[in-house]
Amino acid sequence: MSNIAKAFENGKAFIPFITCGDPDLETTAKIVREMVKNGASLIELGIPFSDPTAEGPVIQDANIRALSAGTTTDKVFDLVRDLRKDVTVPMVFMTYANVVYSYDAEKFISTCKDIGIDGLILPDVPFEEKEEFAPICRKYGLDLISMIAPTSEQRIETIAKEAEGFIYIVSSLGVTGVRSEIKTDIGSIVSTVRKYTDTPCAIGFGISTPEQAKKMAAVADGVIVGSAIVKQIAANGKNSAPVIGEYVRSMSSAANN
Amino acid sequence: MSKGRFGQHGGQYIPETLMNAVIELEEAYNKYKDDPQFNAELNTLFNDYAGRPSRLYYAEKLTNTLGGAKIYLKREDLNHTGSHKINNVLGQALLAKKMGKTRLIAETGAGQHGVATATAAALMGMECVVFMGEEDTKRQALNVYRMKLLGADVISVKDGTATLKDAVSATFREWTSRIADTHYCLGSVMGPHPFPTIVRDFQAVISKEIKQQMLEKEGRLPDAVMACVGGGSNAIGSFYHFIEDKQVRLIGCEAAGRGIDTFETAATINTGRLGIFHGMKSYFCQDEYGQIAPVYSISAGLDYPGIGPEHAYLHDSGRAEYVAITDDEAVNAFEFLAKTEGIIPAIESAHAVAHAIKIAPEMGKDKIIVITISGRGDKDCAAIARYRGENIYE
Repeated sequence: MSNIAKAFENGKAFIPFITCGDPDLETTAKIVREMVKNGASLIELGIPFSDPTAEGPVIQDANIRALSAGTTTDKVFDLVRDLRKDVTVPMVFMTYANVVYSYDAEKFISTCKDIGIDGLILPDVPFEEKEEFAPICRKYGLDLISMIAPTSEQRIETIAKEAEGFIYIVSSLGVTGVRSEIKTDIGSIVSTVRKYTDTPCAIGFGISTPEQAKKMAAVADGVIVGSAIVKQIAANGKNSAPVIGEYVRSMSSAANN
Repeated sequence: MSKGRFGQHGGQYIPETLMNAVIELEEAYNKYKDDPQFNAELNTLFNDYAGRPSRLYYAEKLTNTLGGAKIYLKREDLNHTGSHKINNVLGQALLAKKMGKTRLIAETGAGQHGVATATAAALMGMECVVFMGEEDTKRQALNVYRMKLLGADVISVKDGTATLKDAVSATFREWTSRIADTHYCLGSVMGPHPFPTIVRDFQAVISKEIKQQMLEKEGRLPDAVMACVGGGSNAIGSFYHFIEDKQVRLIGCEAAGRGIDTFETAATINTGRLGIFHGMKSYFCQDEYGQIAPVYSISAGLDYPGIGPEHAYLHDSGRAEYVAITDDEAVNAFEFLAKTEGIIPAIESAHAVAHAIKIAPEMGKDKIIVITISGRGDKDCAAIARYRGENIYE
């Protein structure tokens, strides 16, 4: 069993996302520790990419801020090495195929293993292209996280059967970003997934309020929040850690109530 | 290996949300591509609406001035809307209509693909939204007006470098949010499968005609075919039916911008390396960590950090050559063709003319070159005037 499963052992998992290096890597480290202290079950660490095509404006801007601050893949690896001195919750990287590919996929993934990263989320690598990275992930014991979208329909079975770690269920059409309402019938997607696998399901895209977290957690195993956190980092800069800590506490407890 | 591969290049590197849409598109394309009625409709549009076949013109004065190989110009600039872009757009719009889509979205660089898409949407009664980098809306203000005149909404994209790559990203994002009634009418031989194949097939009419026309006029195949390459749609269209004719040199002319030894370049084959972006594996201008480079060219249509996967493959296999042409060389060729032949080419196409100016004099008079003039240059006059230090109003 992979380390990621631990995130789903004690109630519903709350999974916060953060773009590494926004506004700088020292702040990222503080925020991650604050998130862990306040109930985060798994941390999704974004490695910035110049052209993040699956992101809405909030996370796009975070990528630009992080890159402008000089964040590189190697510096993010150093950040994780530092975090792993005391952070024990599972951590995964979220980035784009080219960041991994251009680093040399094997070198990237073996480094992930060495520094204690448990999985990879690559939003521009669908099921059809996962063989590019999956064999290397298997070799080093990382989970390559599968995504299922409202448009997946007949593809759910194929994807679910090979899923590992957890399944990232995309709540709505479109790119990442806060939404006032989630209209997709998530419950029916999750129940279809459960016909084919026991891999836990976490829902992301558009979730920002404790009410939404509670509602989504009721039909799945975990809740992922990105843009709502990144927005608060944009507003609070280097002083974000306590604000985010408080927010994570409220979301995590809403998901488990 | 996944679908839509050209050697190691191509594939479908897109979010799961879009996978069903590209699968549906592929199924629809496979259903209609050999359908006699679909092809008859498309042919009528090509001939009666777009003005095909485009002329293969013997540029005698250009030939004599350069003093070497005989030069023919494939006049895609004479198509309706002023460029080769209409070929692909009519094909995709007709296909989208058959699929029951009512809305076309598109990216545009120079504005030629946006204008062509807005045109097809007007003709077929479809809604149209065009995404264009803010920088390009300034460089190509006339085309912005044309698109609006044709009934399209033009969205100015301010992200990143505010040029073609950002317009492509914005159009993909829009497609992710609205799929059911919307077709992404991609303008070049790039992006995820099946786009590189669909766009190539619709543009292949260019080389099909060149071959026929050349056999009629000269009784033989040309020695070289050259075209400018951004994503590479007019180039692949010009090359396609000659790929098996190994004696025909195929030459793609990339935009070197201020030079391939500077950072202000868009010459992907000459300066890029293998990567994964915008749905495909191919060559991209990027830094050591895979961050996509902010490329530059005077030509908005060639100002793109990648190249279509089939070109990447033709480069790997050595079947086609890719050369880099600077802004200066292209501007000189733009002016030279205007003065020698009375033809103002698009600044994109002027990159191919520039290479012909270099190599034609060294080739024997018994050799034949075909240059695809992918578009007309009216849209570029104000920008070229500014490049020469003359401020004119559009």
